[in-house]
Amino acid sequence: MNIRRIFLIAVPYLWLGALFLIPFGIVFKIALSDGALAIPPYIPTLDFSQGWAGFKDFAGKLDFENFRFLASDDLYWKAYLSSVKIASISTLATLLVGYPIAYAMARAAPEWRPTLMMLVILPFWTSFLIRVYAWIGILSNEGYLNQILIGMGLIDEPLTILNTNWAVYIGIVYTYLPFMVLPIYAALEKMDDSLLEAAEDLGCSRFSAFWLVTIPLSKAGIVAGSFLVFIPALGEFVIPSILGGSKTLMIGKVLWEEFFNNRDWPVASAVAVILLLILIIPIVLFQRNEQKQREAEE
Amino acid sequence: MKKYMLSIATGAVIAAGAVSAEEVRVYNWSDYIDEALLEQFEAETGIDLIYDVFDSNEVLETKMLAGGSGYDVVVPSGTFLQRQITAGAFQPLDFDQLPNAVNLWDVIKDRTAQYDPGNLHAINYMWGTTGLGVNIGKVTEALGEDAPMDSLALIFDPANMEKLADCGVYFLDAPVEMIPAALAYIGEDPDTQDPDVLALAEPVLAAIAPYVTKFHSSEYINALANGDICVAFGWSGDILQARDRAWEAENGVEIAYNAPAEGALMWFDMMAIPVDAPNPTGAHKFLDFIMDAQNMAAASNYVYYANGNLASQEFLVEDVIGDTAIYPSAVALENLYTTRPYDSSVQRIVTRMWTRIKSGT
Repeated sequence: MNIRRIFLIAVPYLWLGALFLIPFGIVFKIALSDGALAIPPYIPTLDFSQGWAGFKDFAGKLDFENFRFLASDDLYWKAYLSSVKIASISTLATLLVGYPIAYAMARAAPEWRPTLMMLVILPFWTSFLIRVYAWIGILSNEGYLNQILIGMGLIDEPLTILNTNWAVYIGIVYTYLPFMVLPIYAALEKMDDSLLEAAEDLGCSRFSAFWLVTIPLSKAGIVAGSFLVFIPALGEFVIPSILGGSKTLMIGKVLWEEFFNNRDWPVASAVAVILLLILIIPIVLFQRNEQKQREAEE
Repeated sequence: MKKYMLSIATGAVIAAGAVSAEEVRVYNWSDYIDEALLEQFEAETGIDLIYDVFDSNEVLETKMLAGGSGYDVVVPSGTFLQRQITAGAFQPLDFDQLPNAVNLWDVIKDRTAQYDPGNLHAINYMWGTTGLGVNIGKVTEALGEDAPMDSLALIFDPANMEKLADCGVYFLDAPVEMIPAALAYIGEDPDTQDPDVLALAEPVLAAIAPYVTKFHSSEYINALANGDICVAFGWSGDILQARDRAWEAENGVEIAYNAPAEGALMWFDMMAIPVDAPNPTGAHKFLDFIMDAQNMAAASNYVYYANGNLASQEFLVEDVIGDTAIYPSAVALENLYTTRPYDSSVQRIVTRMWTRIKSGT
């Protein structure tokens, strides 16, 4: 095996190790500890000066008590479930809004595309927090949206949107839209237009050509965009705490409470470990499925 | 000679640069100081002041227990201070560096000693009560002339809350404030650590939670001042700031702060120096600056909270020292209660109860 190849393989694995496995190991270790009133607020802590004996002593004090605790209270699985629901609906809504935008961008005249791309990216230049806060002014009972709707005579009473799950959906769709648009745009832009012409020549209507040619060819972009939206939305904390109400149950908020109100880092870490499993299992299953399909095609 | 002068000037500039490179990092509650004082501190000492704010004790405590916060001065409330001292988060103060400590008020020191025996780790910054912020016009409109504006019944009687829900009610998002209040309302000991007694607070709070617009610990200042809500259960000085902002805006909103007749929680915000503060000397300078009678008076005059500084009282404006909502009379002081920190198993019960109350889950 040549050195170049080893090097090429080593880089992503080092990356994965340094930025994922080691931090995960630290979180997992804390999840097996017990809370304590100390700095840091858990025991045991690893004492390197004791060498191997110290490590054995340390490992002996770890247990799965915190995971058992999570199973004993229905708050946690309800919060996980509610987060999955909110993230799924938001991802779907982002896709429905984002796909037409990406499609229009890819269909636009080539000289316009950089400008359109710029317009999608431009909102990022304003702080994320400010953009989310701005929605308070739009969605509140006295906000712009209600004023416009009342002014147009569509409603008599202001709609209560702020501090409900609706505001959370709107906030997530708005914030994550570019993450959906850009990968789909990248996939659509590469598409060869002559394929569509061929489809129409072969008797496809425009709609079925879109459905049978464009959608499958942009599948990679749809999948990438959906992951980019779903994964951060699942653990989202800022948007539900600013726009959501006290009834909005999301795992990010539960994590915050474990961490800050209960000062229970071990339970908070256990919540985080489970959250990671919820994310990783479907992704691994999905990739395995993809792999099988690819092999079958070959 | 000219060259010589130039080099002196350069030296002076470098020296000034070196002095101003000294930093003190302060982490205090939001809306809690006259910002002119921060500039004054920098001008007097030549130290760069980096001033960050928080709005919950829990956030501060997590930073303290994580260690390495980088702050030189932090401001936990009494109960949290006590627990963090136990965890070893604070260094004992060096009173040789704090000549202004003679200005402190014994009445307050006696009470804060229950959290920090001997007052060795912290000085009192401000103290106050937790109570009812009322938009007089809107509440009268909703409940009539005889609305119980100085009673916890205003917020804990579902019949009242149902009528107030439409105009908006904010609660502190702090179980350590709301649960003792609910216990005081039903005549139980607000300072209880007994899970069975604490559980009695849950039905009281659960019955009215659906009518609460928002649980939040700082937004209510603006919401009250703008007239967006009619009642807030919050901290005395914050509500008085809202009253003042409304008055300045001349928007016709009239706000009052009432300590509940059933008893109000009295709390103390304490300035302390973390054990790993990068600049403890600068931190002491900041504490001494704050304990200066005129500076402390300027802070109280600005934020409408009482302070633990006896010497500052002669510099307080009549609006502050003369207002019994800020400096309660001796009789009213007896109606105030204090609480002790929950231990970790009780804290978990309290947090879980609070989540259940807020989200119904």
